Amino acid sequence: MTNENLIQYIYGIADNSLILGQRISELCGHGPTLETDIAMTNIALDLLGQTRSYYQYVAELSAKDLTEDDVAFLRTEREYKNVLLVEQPNTDFAYVIVRQYFFDVFHFMLLKELENSKNVNFQAIAKKSLKEVSYHKRFSGDWLKRLGDGTEESKAKAQQAVNDLWVYTDELFQMTDNDILIAEAGYGVDTNPLKSAYYNEITALIKGSTLDIPETPYFQKGGKQGIHTEHMGFILSDMQYMQRTYPDMKW
Amino acid sequence: MTQLADIDIELHDILKSVPDPEIPVLSIIDLGVVRSAKLLPNQVAKVEITPTYSGCPAMDVIGDDIKAELKKHGYTPEVKLILSPAWTTDWMTDEGKKALKDYGIAPPVDATSDKEALLGNKRVIPCPQCDSKNTKLVSQFASTACKAMFKCEDCEETFDYFKCLI
Repeated sequence: MTNENLIQYIYGIADNSLILGQRISELCGHGPTLETDIAMTNIALDLLGQTRSYYQYVAELSAKDLTEDDVAFLRTEREYKNVLLVEQPNTDFAYVIVRQYFFDVFHFMLLKELENSKNVNFQAIAKKSLKEVSYHKRFSGDWLKRLGDGTEESKAKAQQAVNDLWVYTDELFQMTDNDILIAEAGYGVDTNPLKSAYYNEITALIKGSTLDIPETPYFQKGGKQGIHTEHMGFILSDMQYMQRTYPDMKW
Repeated sequence: MTQLADIDIELHDILKSVPDPEIPVLSIIDLGVVRSAKLLPNQVAKVEITPTYSGCPAMDVIGDDIKAELKKHGYTPEVKLILSPAWTTDWMTDEGKKALKDYGIAPPVDATSDKEALLGNKRVIPCPQCDSKNTKLVSQFASTACKAMFKCEDCEETFDYFKCLI
């Protein structure tokens, strides 16, 4: 296991938080109510804060003279290893909540395992993040129940979001060759055993929200190999333009 | 899980005078973010701080404020950010909790001493203005990541609650 293996593994985890954090940040000032606006930006802040801890570790491990900002802002699309779910657009509030919920349940389970990693940095970041993610999960789960079991319109929108985003859930559990290597070394997490618990949990909440579970044998994947949906380029151009326009800028 | 911070007596009062930039009534010592402060040879003061939340934007300011205050007292400061062990509201001092309440922010309710939580009910957060227990949660998230928003049903004021993290 080289440092480069470890760095790639970190990208697989941290890029999810960065891209979702960036996505939710778009809602700043645009949330449906003041409380949800503030909540979403708080969640974005937690995710971006967690990302910083991971990227600082990448900068430490890298043979190149990198900073956390280089890692966040100066990679090309193919070098980001986030799952497709987190880059999906903020179509409406139901999408925002369902995307968040699908991710939060996975994120919580992953961190619960990562907390026991042999790597002390992973342990520390996971322990810290778990406290935050338990709040995220409660927020998104509560809102999914309210939307699903709410008005006719909120129910229809929540069902549409569940149907459309369901196809991105399987990828959360996809293990790359590098993931397997790091998991076998006791540093990373083998996500396979988490999969049935994940689907049990989200299925129970979706049904409890009076919504139906989509039936599809087909799932989308590619993000973990750096092959993203059409939305990713727009996120990156928005996120990176400042650092590319003014190289080495500082706040 | 209470781990006492390891702070050298010579540095304690200096650090105690540094306020939290977002809740200025609270010193960083009372908030529990200073985990250790050691006086090393040649007047070097080494301070370790830990964030309340990963994305807490106050950490950079806190680091700068500590450095400035220590320099003022003739020390050469070294500030290091540590993540482990992760911050918990248990590290907030009683003095800090009282300062929060006087400022109008409900202090974190200790999970173990809260009977309602033991019984599996929702926690009762008393209103910091009128002490009424007739309050309800408005939002899990409020003006900063470390706070939730509540409303008092008696005096009808909304108030921030410093979320309990254990």
